[in-house]
Amino acid sequence: MEKPKVAFFDFAGCEGDQLQVINLEEDLLKVVDAVDIVCFREAMKGHSDDYDIAFIEGSITRRSDENRLKEIRKNAKVLVALGSCASLGGINLLKNFQEQENVRQFVYGDMAHQYETYPARPLSAVVPVDINIHGCPINRNEFAMVFKALLLGKNPDIPNYPVCVDCKIAENVCVFKIDMTCLGPVTRAGCGACCVTEGSFCWGCRGLVDNPNADSEREILAEYGLSLRDILSKFRLYTGFSEVAK
Amino acid sequence: MSSNKIIKINHVTRVEGHGNIEIKIKDGIVEQCRWEVVEAPRFFEAMVRGRKWDELAHITSRICGICSIGHTLTSLKATEAAMRIEVSEQTEKARRILMHAENMQSHILHLGYLVLPDLLGVPSVVPLASTHREQVLLIIRLHRLANEMSDLWGGRTVHPQRPVVGGFAKWPSMQEIETLRQRLEDALPEMETLTSLFRDLAPGFPQFIRETEYIALTHPDEYALYDGNIASTDGGTCSVDKYKEITNEYLVPHSTAKFTRHKRDSYMVGALARFKLNYQHFLPRAKETARTLDLLPTNCNPFMNSIAQLVEVVHSIEDSIRLIDDLLKNGMKDEKPSFSVRAGRGIGAVEVPRGLLFHEYEYNKNGECIWSNCIIPTNQNHANIQNDLEAFVPQIKDCSKEEIELQVEMLVRAYDPCISCSTHCIFI
Repeated sequence: MEKPKVAFFDFAGCEGDQLQVINLEEDLLKVVDAVDIVCFREAMKGHSDDYDIAFIEGSITRRSDENRLKEIRKNAKVLVALGSCASLGGINLLKNFQEQENVRQFVYGDMAHQYETYPARPLSAVVPVDINIHGCPINRNEFAMVFKALLLGKNPDIPNYPVCVDCKIAENVCVFKIDMTCLGPVTRAGCGACCVTEGSFCWGCRGLVDNPNADSEREILAEYGLSLRDILSKFRLYTGFSEVAK
Repeated sequence: MSSNKIIKINHVTRVEGHGNIEIKIKDGIVEQCRWEVVEAPRFFEAMVRGRKWDELAHITSRICGICSIGHTLTSLKATEAAMRIEVSEQTEKARRILMHAENMQSHILHLGYLVLPDLLGVPSVVPLASTHREQVLLIIRLHRLANEMSDLWGGRTVHPQRPVVGGFAKWPSMQEIETLRQRLEDALPEMETLTSLFRDLAPGFPQFIRETEYIALTHPDEYALYDGNIASTDGGTCSVDKYKEITNEYLVPHSTAKFTRHKRDSYMVGALARFKLNYQHFLPRAKETARTLDLLPTNCNPFMNSIAQLVEVVHSIEDSIRLIDDLLKNGMKDEKPSFSVRAGRGIGAVEVPRGLLFHEYEYNKNGECIWSNCIIPTNQNHANIQNDLEAFVPQIKDCSKEEIELQVEMLVRAYDPCISCSTHCIFI
């Protein structure tokens, strides 16, 4: 049987998710054995438009990038958004809450007109996306799980329960009990609550679960002393696109 | 062979980010030669306006996945400088180890996955997995060690969570540190094997000499990575608060990244610049590695940046062992950061894998960022890459089109550019 052909692409992002794929270390060799990687600019010379699965990192921040994405969509049987920038819009969304012209001028001054930009958005705002691998960065084990599921023709099992569940499994102390606030109660799990485990709190990088109890989360955050502005600010770090879309 | 050639490389491969090269040779004369940065601009300096002091490192880490530890540490230093926060000696040592971990990870990735395929005449590391399996497994082992070292001190390899303003949110255990120490000792002979491999292949790098200005941090007591003053091979040293006098950013029409210049048209930052300015502070095995590879501080071949990276990996392993011994001797305390938030302006400067990185922030009294500026190593190298191309292409203009393409791509790759980092710099 012919091996499936796989391509990696990126738009506006840090390439940290493709790095997580390289960080599979010895297991990367198994990935390379199982498929034909026909395009992976960060790691390979050469390019082909003949592929079955496209993994795409980064968000769309320029109108001129839309055609390239649509072209990839046309070529790929399965399109996978790799990481929060691609799946949610990610950290790039922060600029959406400022006036776009002001953003350009702040960075590029008098030459601002030369630098094309528009409000950042996830891939799904431009083309249909088949699978989202969330996270900033992605969890490489989750990538391997999705990759295997795709090869077997199955639907990958992406959790739809909150990070609190992962936190219980990791036996973490709830950060609300130690003077921090957290987006874990409404954020999609699957990360093993890695930020709480490492001494931080959940920043919401995997986006909201499908039916988040947002009102309850707002109440908890307010109870712990956050103003409405603080709460919005926390949600806007990764999940701001849904807010704009509404 | 025709003496007219038009070369257009759209998206140079095996580099981070999107850059193009355009070359026109007519009647044997190089008419045009251009390095273009076409990455989508990302506007981080504008994005962080209004964000809180404890979010800045989290956000700016996302400038780059490969040097996320470097961005995190530079950001923390800028915030700490703005709020006049002193960190403990234990924190300083741990951050140095974390910086070494990233340097090792990034350099091994560059040497093994991005440069080695050129030296062995293949398009990527993939075919090497069958033809040079042992070497590939060696590179993966060293890469994994560096990543697991980052996990241990940073919490994670890409976008670390443990380093926070004022110190660390979580510390490794003594036992974990002792295990790491042993693994680093075991990696030294592995580095000797890697050194022999590159010693044998290094003659495959083009012989191209172009002297330029080299800029890096220097420190009186150590090979400067985490801390120091800014030094130039053209003479002079200044404190990091004068960084804008060095970087002098400017815009060019064919690039979404800003360019920089100091005493000449351009300067170079990165491993080769550090090597030249800090050579005397290399630890013994690193110096021995430099001798084996025949690399001297007088070398002005930009392709040797990769070889300087190899020497730095050995230094990073040795220095990490030294720092771990210090921590083990003094005992690790479970310190928690303690400070008060206040208004102020501060600069952080760190030597990250690709060179000198600056973050500068201004905070109001609520600890909200009201202004920021980030100057990325690759920005500082763009003008030098352009100047190198202009000097290098006439030397190889009679080669075949394919050979020119390969060699100019190798030149860009030697800088290990991080293009997506570099497309959002400000100077107003």
